[in-house]
Amino acid sequence: MSTARAASIVLAKELRLELRTRELLSATLVFALIVIVMFSYAFDPTPAESRHYGPGLLWIAFLFAGSLMLHPSFAREQAGDTMDALRLAPISSFSILLGKMAANFIFLAIAELILVPIFAVLYDVRLMGVLGPLILVFALGTLGLVIAGTVFASISSHARMRELMLPLLLLPVLAPLLVAAVQATRALLADTPSLDPAWVTFLAAFDVIFMTASWLVCDFLLEE
Amino acid sequence: MKLRISLTVIVAAMMIFAGYAALFIAPDERTMHEIQRIFYFHVPAWSASFTAFFASWIACIAYLSTKRDRFDWLAVSAAEVGVIACTIGLLTGPLWAKPVWGIWWTWDARLTTTFILWLLYISYLLLRGLIEEPARRATLAAVFGVFAFLDVPLVYASNRLWRTQHPAPVMFGGPNSGLNPMMGKVLGFCIVSVLCLMVIILVDRYRLEELRHEVDELRQDAETRALDAQNAQNHVSTAR
Amino acid sequence: MAFVGDRPVISAPTSATSACTQPAVASSRSLAVSFDRIEKRFGALFALRGITFDIQPGEFVALLGPNGAGKTTLLRIAALLSTPTRGRVRFVAGSRSAGAQESGDGIPGESAKHMIGMVGHNPLLYDDLTAAENLRLFAQLYGLDDPAACAARGLESCGLADRANGIVRTFSRGMRQRLALARALLHGPSLLLLDEPGTGLDRQAAGWLSGTLERLRSQGCTMIMSTHARSESLDLATRAVLLGGGRVAEDTRGSDPQLLFQRLRSES
Repeated sequence: MSTARAASIVLAKELRLELRTRELLSATLVFALIVIVMFSYAFDPTPAESRHYGPGLLWIAFLFAGSLMLHPSFAREQAGDTMDALRLAPISSFSILLGKMAANFIFLAIAELILVPIFAVLYDVRLMGVLGPLILVFALGTLGLVIAGTVFASISSHARMRELMLPLLLLPVLAPLLVAAVQATRALLADTPSLDPAWVTFLAAFDVIFMTASWLVCDFLLEE
Repeated sequence: MKLRISLTVIVAAMMIFAGYAALFIAPDERTMHEIQRIFYFHVPAWSASFTAFFASWIACIAYLSTKRDRFDWLAVSAAEVGVIACTIGLLTGPLWAKPVWGIWWTWDARLTTTFILWLLYISYLLLRGLIEEPARRATLAAVFGVFAFLDVPLVYASNRLWRTQHPAPVMFGGPNSGLNPMMGKVLGFCIVSVLCLMVIILVDRYRLEELRHEVDELRQDAETRALDAQNAQNHVSTAR
Repeated sequence: MAFVGDRPVISAPTSATSACTQPAVASSRSLAVSFDRIEKRFGALFALRGITFDIQPGEFVALLGPNGAGKTTLLRIAALLSTPTRGRVRFVAGSRSAGAQESGDGIPGESAKHMIGMVGHNPLLYDDLTAAENLRLFAQLYGLDDPAACAARGLESCGLADRANGIVRTFSRGMRQRLALARALLHGPSLLLLDEPGTGLDRQAAGWLSGTLERLRSQGCTMIMSTHARSESLDLATRAVLLGGGRVAEDTRGSDPQLLFQRLRSES
């Protein structure tokens, strides 16, 4: 069976499970929303300050919320040993990893679709003119987050204190992604919006490098 | 054994001389005077840590390719040595920066990379501490180790890109910015001494891992023999 | 069971067959398993220390031994879930009548997965999905044609057709075990691995299990079942291998395993 087909089966399973339990999405949404609102409350920024600090805040909120959401993608499989069931099947480790990455991407994307407009309203930021490029930047940034996050979720699911371990592993590694995403977003939300090709290229390169590394190590992640 | 002791003594002597050289032989710097002498500890610490982390990365890759335990031992030893050296670097830097530039810290490319690297390898060591089963610990830590160091050029690049757009003070210029030849010699000697010190510590740490492994094997061996003896008493073995 | 390439041929189900398999003919293909000096260690602990024995196609091997003897570890290695620290496991195609036919290295791991089914300690089912969804998922993962039909047949064969849309979390232990076995048999495996399948089953479910195993044995499926000496299904076994301290302590080979079972029963 091709990797793509196997990955799509795993993806469908993850989506169906999430639809049934609805645990991840709601937790992610609420957490990110709290972070965004609390910042406004604590700092009470002026519109100019909002535009300056907003992108950083937004991405930090997603990074933290994402770390929480990524963890169950592997931890959930440990309860009934269902990971064994997936590994028994004649599909490659990469297709399992890919399916989970795709699912995590969709969940995070849904959260972002809801939260970014809320952010725009709270901080008085104009999105309409830059919607296309903004989606591109968010897609590339979320992709990097999800790629590294899913791999590290797999690693931390075997460690004690796994909920804490995931952010500890993930956030330092994502530092360059954070810088790139924030700068690109800020450029798009500035008074004269512009899509910065350097940062977009950087994000794309980050995604390619980490996806390749994931492909190289996927067998080690799932082996016993 | 004798070799190790003599090497340790030699390295100790080198370090003492390096310290003396840094404090007394190196010429006084024009503007910063005494404070500048931290330079002779800071730069070697940084070079040593970077070398150690690089060695750890190579060891991680080697472990994943060959699955031989000794690469895992090397990876953890190098990581620990690197974290120590990095901590020293991170502490000495601000000590120098505050009197000279008036600020403790700035997010320039080198400092950022050093700090993130420090965080990454502390996470690496924490991860190791939290996985019990040795084979799995070695494999998963190696995977993380590969990703961690892979991130370093990305951190550096992102910071440079950022700073071309938003310039900020760059500390510690470069080691070649108008360096008096005597200073250069002292610095070179300090770097070499610290590197040797790190190697000695790394070798000892590696040996510790090796010994731990040996102890486990011996214990397991003893248990096996006891079990076999018990089995021989209880059952009559049929032909296999 | 007949194969076209790697996929089982789907036939009209008889009342008691599992989904997507064909009632076996006398010279059906079976899988022979060969354990070659298998060692497995977890850190300093040796779970298996040099396991070597061959299983002929169609044999029903009862794997016995106290807890910690390495039964589960060996089964997981046979299922390709775990890689041995040393040694290897080989799969060779064969038939019950002709025995194993040597062909170099045997069947490679990835292809072998199509022919291996496992019922583990845990049911290996998704608690939050329905029974039908679980079976459909695994039918898809094994690349079976018409996964929905396979799932339906599987449910029918294990008697859970009326609970097809029930969430697995609400099932009893017996129901889960039945569903687990249906899942393991979906793709018509030639090798079935069972890890103490009778644990926690009531009399009725245990009877159903024995019946299913007997049918599979008559179809020529090679089976390895780890169990305790007091299990009911032991009567079906054609051979017994006793593990002790990570090694093979006893192996009845061609002779009647019942003697060993009786001896172990009286000992415990």
